[in-house]
Amino acid sequence: MNAARDIVLATRNLRMAFGGLAVFDNLNFELGRGERHAIIGPNGAGKTTFVSLVTGLLTPISGDVEFNGAAITRLSPQQRVKAGIARTFQINTLFRGLNPLESMVLALCERDGRSGQAVTSVSREKPQIDEALAMLERFGLQEGALTLTDMLPYGQQRLLEVALALALKPQVLLLDEPAAGLSTQQGHELFSQLVELTAGTTILFIEHDMNLVFRYAEKVSVLAAGSMVVQDTPDNVRNHPRVREVYLGV
Amino acid sequence: MTTLDTSAPATGKEAARAKFAGYFVGLSRWKIGEVLFWLALVGAYFVPDMNIILLGHILIWGLFAMSLDLLLGYRGIPSLGHAGFFGIGAYAAGFLGKYGWTEPISGLLFAMAIAGAVGLVTGRFVQRVHGVALLMVTLSLNLILYDAVHRATDVTGGDDGLQGIVIDPVLGLFRFDIFGKTAYWYALIVTFLLFLVARALVKSPFGLSLLGARENTRRMIMLGAPIERDVSFVFAISAALAGAAGALLTQTTQFVAPSALSFDRSADVLVILIIGGTARLYGAFIGAIIFLFMRDWLAALSPVYWYFWIGLLLVIVVSFFRRGVLPTLETLLQRLRAR
Ligand SMILES: Nc1ncnc2c1ncn2[C@@H]1O[C@H](COP(=O)(O)OP(=O)(O)O)[C@@H](O)[C@H]1O
Ligand SMILES: [Mg+2]
Repeated sequence: MNAARDIVLATRNLRMAFGGLAVFDNLNFELGRGERHAIIGPNGAGKTTFVSLVTGLLTPISGDVEFNGAAITRLSPQQRVKAGIARTFQINTLFRGLNPLESMVLALCERDGRSGQAVTSVSREKPQIDEALAMLERFGLQEGALTLTDMLPYGQQRLLEVALALALKPQVLLLDEPAAGLSTQQGHELFSQLVELTAGTTILFIEHDMNLVFRYAEKVSVLAAGSMVVQDTPDNVRNHPRVREVYLGV
Repeated sequence: MTTLDTSAPATGKEAARAKFAGYFVGLSRWKIGEVLFWLALVGAYFVPDMNIILLGHILIWGLFAMSLDLLLGYRGIPSLGHAGFFGIGAYAAGFLGKYGWTEPISGLLFAMAIAGAVGLVTGRFVQRVHGVALLMVTLSLNLILYDAVHRATDVTGGDDGLQGIVIDPVLGLFRFDIFGKTAYWYALIVTFLLFLVARALVKSPFGLSLLGARENTRRMIMLGAPIERDVSFVFAISAALAGAAGALLTQTTQFVAPSALSFDRSADVLVILIIGGTARLYGAFIGAIIFLFMRDWLAALSPVYWYFWIGLLLVIVVSFFRRGVLPTLETLLQRLRAR
C-alpha cells in the first residue's frame, strides 16, 4: 500500500529559523495525491511557517520543497500557484473593500491569464463571471455576493477564503486553520461543507480541534519540537505513545 | 439568460444570476452625471465673463491629479514626487518646441512616452519599497530632479525657464491665442481622450487587479498575480498621463520653468486628489475645480495668506468628509434616492 503512494508534495531536510530562533532543523514530510491530510501540533510548532515555506512566502535556510517530484524551492510564490499549489490563511486574507463577486472574478481572471487585459470592461469576461457565480453558489455565498467583504458575517468570510483558493483549481490545497475563530458548531459545519466542496483535490489542513482532525483526516502528521514526529493514519496517531506524550499531553 | 421561457416565473437563483451577471455592466455603463460633467466643461466656455485661462488650468490639474489617482487611489501607492513626471513631460515638450519640432500633437505623445518610460523605470525601482519609505524615496527623486533642472542653467535656463518655445497651430489650423481659447479646447479634448483611456483601464480586469493588490497584496500573490509587473505598468501609465498634463501646460503657455516639477506641485496635486476623493477618477477633477477656484478667489482677497485657507479646507475635508468631497456627495445622493 505504502509503496504505491503517489507523492505529490514533499519536503526534504528543510531547515528554517527566524533570526536566532530555530523552527525546523530537518523537516521531512510527504503528501500523497488525493489525500486529506492534517497537520497537528502545539501552538508555535511552526505549522503556519511550514505552509509558507511550501507556498514560497518564506525561504528555507536549506533543504528542498518538491512538487510532483521536482524541486520548487527556487520558484516564486506565483510560479508555485501556477504549478498548482493554493493556500488559505489562518487570519482572513481577503479583499475587504471588494465584494465576493469582484473577488472571485478577480481570482479567475488571474488564474486564466486575463488580468493583464487593460482595455475592455470586466463585464466582457463572460466565462469568468459565469464561473464566479457558480462558485459562489456552490459555497452558499450568493446572497452576499454584492456585499462588501468587510461587512460579511465572519463565517462567510472564512468560506470565501477557501473559495478563492479553490477557484484556482489547484492540485494541492493548503488550509491553515480554516475554522479559526469559529465556534465548535460552526467549525463542524464548515468542515462537513469543505469535505464535499473540495472532493477530488488533495488537501493539507491544519486544525487544532482533535475531533475535527480525527473525523475528517485520512492521514495525520504531528509537528512538534522542529520535526514531524509521526505521519500515520488517525487511529495510529491517536494511539502513538510519543504523540500522547508530546502533544495530547496524556 | 432566462429569456427562453418567459411564462415560468424566474426562480430565485436565476433572478439572482441575472442580477449578478449585470453587475459589471452596470459598473462600466456611462452614468448621467458623467455626461453632464463633460457637457458642463464644454458649456463653461460659453459662460459670459468666464475665466477661460483658469478653466484650462483646471483641466491640466485635473488630468494631473487623475494620473495620481491611478497610482494612489486604485493601486494604493502613495507618491510625494509626482510632479517629477509632470515636469519631465513639460520639459520634453518644451525642448521639442525650442529645437524645431513644433507640431503639438506629436510633441504631446513624445512627452508622454518619455515620462512613461521614466515611470516604468521608477516603478521597477520602488517595487519593494512601501509606506513611509516610499514617500521618502519619491520625494527624494523629485527633489533630485528639481535640483538638476534648476542647476543646469545652460540647458534648461534654470530659474528663468526655457525660452523660445514655438508651438504650431493645432492640426495646422488653430493657433494658440493669448485669450486661451485654443488652449482650452486643446486641453479639453486631450484630457477627455486620456480620461477615456484611464476609465477603460480602471473598469478592466487589470483595473480590478489593481484594486485587489491595493486591498491585499498577499492574497494577490497567492492568486498567482504578477504584482511587480503590474506596479511597473501602472507607474508607467500614471507617469505618462502626468507627463501629458505637463506637456499641455508647456504647449499652451509656450513656457516652462522649474516650478513645473517643484515639490510644491507634488504636494498640491495630492491635496487636490484628497479634497476631491480618491479611486473614482472624477474626484481629481472636482478637487481641481475646488482648489483652483478657491486659490483664484482667495489670492485676490489676500495674496499672501491664501494657502492658509487651502490648508484649512483640507483639514475640514479630511475631518468631515473623510474620503473626499465626491464620495460624500455620492453617498448623500444614494441616501436621497433610497428614500
Ligand atoms: N515572521 C516571523 N518572524 C519571527 N518569528 C516568527 C515569524 N513567524 C513565526 N515566527 C515564530 O516561529 C514559530 C512558529 O510559528 P508558526 O509557524 O506561526 O506556528 P503555528 O502556526 O504552528 O502556531 C513561533 O515561535 C513564532 O513565534
Ligand atoms: Mg499557525
